[in-house]
Amino acid sequence: MSILVAFRKEWLELIRSHRLLVVAVVLAFFGLTSPLAAKFIPEIITLTLGAEISKIIPTPTVLDAIAQYTKNMGQFGIILALLLTMGAIGQEKDKGTAAMILVKPLPRGAFLGAKFLSLTVMFAISLAIAGIGCYYYTLLLFEAMDSVHWMVLNLLLFVYVLVPVAITLLCSTITKSLAASGGIALGMIAIGGLLGTITGWGKYLPGELITWGARLMQGDTTSSWIAFGISGGIILISLFAAWLIFRRQEL
Amino acid sequence: MTAVRIEGLRKVFGTFQALDGLSLAVEGGTVFGYLGPNGAGKTTTIRILTGLAHATSGHAWVAGSEVTGHGQEIARQIGYLPEDPAFYPWMNPGEFLDYVGRVFKMTAAERSSRVKELVKLAGLEEAAKRRIGGFSRGMRQRLGLAQALFNRPQVLFLDEPASALDPAGRKEVFDFIEQLRGQCTVFMSTHILADVERVCDTVGIINRGKLVTAAPREALLAQFAIPAFEVEVDAQSAAILTPWSEALRHETWVKSVSLEGLVARVIVNDVEIAKRGLLASITQAGLILTRYEVVRPSLEDVFLQLVNQEEGQR
Repeated sequence: MSILVAFRKEWLELIRSHRLLVVAVVLAFFGLTSPLAAKFIPEIITLTLGAEISKIIPTPTVLDAIAQYTKNMGQFGIILALLLTMGAIGQEKDKGTAAMILVKPLPRGAFLGAKFLSLTVMFAISLAIAGIGCYYYTLLLFEAMDSVHWMVLNLLLFVYVLVPVAITLLCSTITKSLAASGGIALGMIAIGGLLGTITGWGKYLPGELITWGARLMQGDTTSSWIAFGISGGIILISLFAAWLIFRRQEL
Repeated sequence: MTAVRIEGLRKVFGTFQALDGLSLAVEGGTVFGYLGPNGAGKTTTIRILTGLAHATSGHAWVAGSEVTGHGQEIARQIGYLPEDPAFYPWMNPGEFLDYVGRVFKMTAAERSSRVKELVKLAGLEEAAKRRIGGFSRGMRQRLGLAQALFNRPQVLFLDEPASALDPAGRKEVFDFIEQLRGQCTVFMSTHILADVERVCDTVGIINRGKLVTAAPREALLAQFAIPAFEVEVDAQSAAILTPWSEALRHETWVKSVSLEGLVARVIVNDVEIAKRGLLASITQAGLILTRYEVVRPSLEDVFLQLVNQEEGQR
């Protein structure tokens, strides 16, 4: 299959350029440090500001570790998704490597699909490492978490990160400029965030996936399938739009 | 068999017309030189023929398939070397060629032998394990040629294949293209006339998006041949050169004689009569010759004449 040929190249590039290593290390670092921060920051504050302050700082719990983790993964997931995807197609068009390869019998859909697939696998592996690390440290510092719920939370985080990946890939297809594709994608994500805050549509948008995961860890099983569906829809529509544009684009 | 056929091809970029109803046919197995000044539309033509760009109107066929709508089919039949070939800098030549082989769905054994063969052909054996990112322009050009030949294409498109190479590199590339004659059709664009003169058997000249002429190289040169001779004499004969040229002007087969230092340029009415008469006249006058030649027009003369004619008609 052509997509596997293109995926092999993409995967090799992620390894050789150390991007896979960087993403795995960054996410693993924040995965490991989330329970540490939740546990020790109150103690550090107490040591710095005196014992009096400890009276108003609540005793850290496993929920603080989870909150720290979801906040870190959400923020750094978006940043890394933007940084690693914004040049994916545009740079290949700009440098001429896309023309060199796509003049051969490699369908443009396979070229595009392989980019998304390789980034998907990279984030899946990196989030898995971060998730395992965080689970282990939380177990050591606090208590055991519900492992099934923990996996669901990480799956929701994974889908949440794939949204900016797909949007940025679309932007990278539209423009050759690294800055422009990153800027447009960031703008679109920011508008989505603002829309959620101002209009109250937040419960239908990708950000809700993190809230759903956090709720689950608290024992609240209220689901947000609409947000999940909309997130999946944004990913599919972005990829489809990117393909529609890319297949007719001059290289 | 016609390897490339173009009918009424137009390409418009905003208000700029890059191709203006271009029509052209290239016979299979030939080395076709696609000649034109910078900005004439050479690269645009190749980009349309290889499926990288779309024509505004008109039709084009490569290896029997129409370019529009048969992208994948044509992609299997062609090779393409852009003017400035781009590679993944983190790969080595073997890895890049292997990737190309995978794209063509070749088996591991086929890929392995073809990679070895082409790395050798491109003269990159010593650099086989080095990253392409550190390659010189000449090395990249040779690797570009190797990747274009990976699938043994029926039609090979070369866009200014030697424009950035030093004389030794140019010779290597053109010797190599020479070897391809008869094996595949080579469609080579260039603005360097000496390149075309060296290797192409058919020439097409394009200017402002229109084909000015297309013909076998020798036919084109013969068509624009200047019936002229140049005679250069030794310094000892300088004194008798002027009276000889005066006398020569009265011959019926001579049109004009011009002198420049020790060189006389004789334009004649009939080349065959002049070939006999001129030498006899030189011997009779006692001129000591250092050079005697029938002036052959260069492709540069033909090109300039045609392009200037075209400009004059506008």
